[in-house]
Amino acid sequence: MKYELVAGLETHVELSTKTKIFCSCTTEFGGDPNTHCCPICIGLPGTLPKLNKEVVRYAIRAGLATNCEISRISKMDRKNYCYPDLSKAYQISQYDRPLCKNGYIELSNGRKIRLNRIHIEEDAGKLIHQKGDTYVDYNRGGVPLIEIVTEPDFRSVDEVKEYVEKLQLIMRYVGVSDCKMQEGSMRCDVNISVRPQGQEEFGTRTEIKNMNSITFMAKAIEYETERQIDVIESGGKVQQETLRYDDVTNTTSSMRGKEDANDYRYFRDPDLVTINVTDQEVEELEKTIPELPDEKLKRYIDELGIPEADAQLLVKYKKVAEYFEQASWDTANPRTAANFIIGQIFRTIENESAKEDFNILVSAESLKELIKLLDDKKIKMNLAKSTLDKMLKTGKIVGELISESDMGGLDEGATKKLCQEAVAANPNAVADYKNGKVKAIKAIVGYVMKNSKGKADAVAAENIIKELIL
Amino acid sequence: MAEVKSKIKAINKMLTSKEISCTELTKQYLDAINNTNGDLNAYVNITEEAALNSAKAVDDKIAGGEDIPLLAGVPMTLKDNISTNGVETTCCSKILQGYKPIYDATVWSLLQKENAVLLGKTNMDEFAMGSSCETSVFGGAKNPHNINHVAGGSSGGVASAVGGNIAVYGLGSDTGGSIRQPARFCGIVGLKPTYGSVSRYGLIAYASSLDQIGPITTTVEDSAIVYDAIAKYDVMDSTSQGNKGINTCDTLKNDINGMKIGIAKEYLEGIRDDVKEAIINACKVYESLGAEIVYFDLPALKYALPVYYILACAEASSNLGRYDGIRYGYKTPTYNDVNDMICKTRSEGFGSEVKRRIMLGTYVLSAGYYDAYYKKAQNLRGTIVKEFKNAFEKVDVILAPTVPMTAFEVGKAVSDPIETYLTDICTVPINIAGLPAVSVPCGFNAKGMPIGMQLIGNTFHEATILNAAWQYENATHSTMFKSAEMGVQL
Repeated sequence: MKYELVAGLETHVELSTKTKIFCSCTTEFGGDPNTHCCPICIGLPGTLPKLNKEVVRYAIRAGLATNCEISRISKMDRKNYCYPDLSKAYQISQYDRPLCKNGYIELSNGRKIRLNRIHIEEDAGKLIHQKGDTYVDYNRGGVPLIEIVTEPDFRSVDEVKEYVEKLQLIMRYVGVSDCKMQEGSMRCDVNISVRPQGQEEFGTRTEIKNMNSITFMAKAIEYETERQIDVIESGGKVQQETLRYDDVTNTTSSMRGKEDANDYRYFRDPDLVTINVTDQEVEELEKTIPELPDEKLKRYIDELGIPEADAQLLVKYKKVAEYFEQASWDTANPRTAANFIIGQIFRTIENESAKEDFNILVSAESLKELIKLLDDKKIKMNLAKSTLDKMLKTGKIVGELISESDMGGLDEGATKKLCQEAVAANPNAVADYKNGKVKAIKAIVGYVMKNSKGKADAVAAENIIKELIL
Repeated sequence: MAEVKSKIKAINKMLTSKEISCTELTKQYLDAINNTNGDLNAYVNITEEAALNSAKAVDDKIAGGEDIPLLAGVPMTLKDNISTNGVETTCCSKILQGYKPIYDATVWSLLQKENAVLLGKTNMDEFAMGSSCETSVFGGAKNPHNINHVAGGSSGGVASAVGGNIAVYGLGSDTGGSIRQPARFCGIVGLKPTYGSVSRYGLIAYASSLDQIGPITTTVEDSAIVYDAIAKYDVMDSTSQGNKGINTCDTLKNDINGMKIGIAKEYLEGIRDDVKEAIINACKVYESLGAEIVYFDLPALKYALPVYYILACAEASSNLGRYDGIRYGYKTPTYNDVNDMICKTRSEGFGSEVKRRIMLGTYVLSAGYYDAYYKKAQNLRGTIVKEFKNAFEKVDVILAPTVPMTAFEVGKAVSDPIETYLTDICTVPINIAGLPAVSVPCGFNAKGMPIGMQLIGNTFHEATILNAAWQYENATHSTMFKSAEMGVQL
């Protein structure tokens, strides 16, 4: 029998506000244990939470960027459970009146993944196990989170992957979070069930907690899907339970069953007042939502004439897109900037996360200066390319690398003269070319380029050489 | 007729006229504490050194010719659930033994700015859960009028100290009557302010939606003075609103001719005859002062007690979850793992009344019971709020007994929890509705134990109820108020 995967996601995203959700401690990652703490975030008796309004604004912006309705009235609730990293024995969260609801994110296959809700809450601290002892670090306690909950709308692992990447990108575009899964600023819980293809009714689901890498998450879903199918095929029943995924053995194991499920005894936090959001506030926040990745992609393709594959590479990193837009602004053809970035600049950047940071020595303005010289036909492409390479290595600007005398191409006569020289100086290459080794001509053209200091037009030179040889 | 003298004003005059130095005065109080605290068990922690330092600071100011605030140098006390930086604050529970806060409660910061002199921290029912002060890990505070009787609770230590003249005033907290009831048992004045008027920041929570800090004093004017000093908006407490710009001292002595004083019939049912008689007599006094007595119904009052115990215990079960032995306070000496440690610490650290309320609160919030208990109680809370609101469209002040009986004998309260819960029947509706109420003495029973009444106002109408209380106090002081014969007699 063929089975279909049904999955839903709960994603925790750490907001990048400067201070914590209920006190004025810094949210900075790292720091010595318990140094980013105060009486409020370690829950000393008698302290009271004070809602950071910036957190509400960030969460609303996240909601607006994912097509959510923004609740004009919401409230904070207490989720009661006992664990040493939770200093008050309750987490302040939102239960039945989330700040944002009914949104969606559209995937490239046209399917809309519905968002049930986005709510705000506080993060817990973390346990440090050392030489048989356990310590608690409350630095992360009280860092603001949003929890983004989807409907069970995923039907394949690829959809889950695309959703997570897209969500990450949207959050980065809006600037509410850096969504670094390896640092824990984005974590996913996945609900998984399977059902025979064509069946309406959902199967029994299991939940895998705290996935902090897209690759492992995909593996975990694949493993768990297979496991559930095996259980069903062998006549068993999937048990509703919470699982943990072990990325070394690539297996899931049970954390707790349905009977041990926590009863969180949610109730409204009497220490905090109703959160009222006005239409005006929402309107103002709407204005702060930048052009989002999907719109950008469409514009790059339709209006700027960037090929789709290239446009996707540019849009994939917020800083790259910004860089591209600055460097290409007011140039003859935006594709020039796109080609420089994708062809030359990307080659100097090692990995994805470095592309994310996009710390390069050449400013967008500087690249634009170079492109302008090309546009004005003051330099040839080869010189531009070699100059950009130098700029990327040294951080020097165009003016330091190209002098007036370098500008302007070689005229036809001078080019022809150099070509004649080149043919004479490279008899072997000439012979090879004549024998059908088409590529051999590159060596002769190379001679021309070298001796003209890149000022010759390579295409014109090649044509002249061909004429001379044949 | 001479006005009832404000003790705070009297002390201020003595200090500024250099009749006595603040250090001498403070020493008198400290000596009196040494002499009487053995009987009263009012103080659980005496901060002698800090008190004398504060006193010296006041003396220096006076010597330097500086003006001092009205509360400067006035020896006072705080209930042991109000956080004091560096001074042990235990809620009279084993689980907080040794806990020294690293910050000050807002009320204490405000009073320090007034150069208050803190004599020490006073006794209370463990985590403010109780009506006799006897659930304290230190044993209960005694009634200065008869030490075989309880001082009441939960702020029994403050009432015992103020009634026993070993503090001029004190701050207590009132979740279901914990200021008014002990003040009433000890024959003095206790004000439970409007929810939100006094910051709760630093008050160790029992039930957050009901808790409120307020003064316990010997005179109405002193309550007004202290209230004005602490009713300030506080950015640290989201539910804080301050006094809405109303200074209660300004209108304290206003004429109450034409004031409408309401009596809810339900409030007179099931109370003892001597208490009822005292209330009826108080009505006569008010009529003689020109007020009009209006009878009305408060049918939802019968739900107040169960609503209170459900909501208060639910919040308590959550508020008290943090005491796990990990960060501060008591920690069990031997354990196998973290769950065992938390379990043993809580089992050993909490007393039985606290455990009872945590369990009750956990139960009413649990899946499957939430709707039947917690949600229903919340709905009824709304009904009670509405009935009071309607009442205040017809009356200015509501007059009611504070407690249906007089102070019980030591040991009586702990034996029957339900009977003890019933003593809160008159006070809890006020917390549920978030209203202000002041308890003032209005007589004595046959055994000479004080009886009191409460004047209840609409939200943020502290000025109205204190005005009504002041007028009554001044009309009846010679017969209704008797200072206990102990402590410092000014």
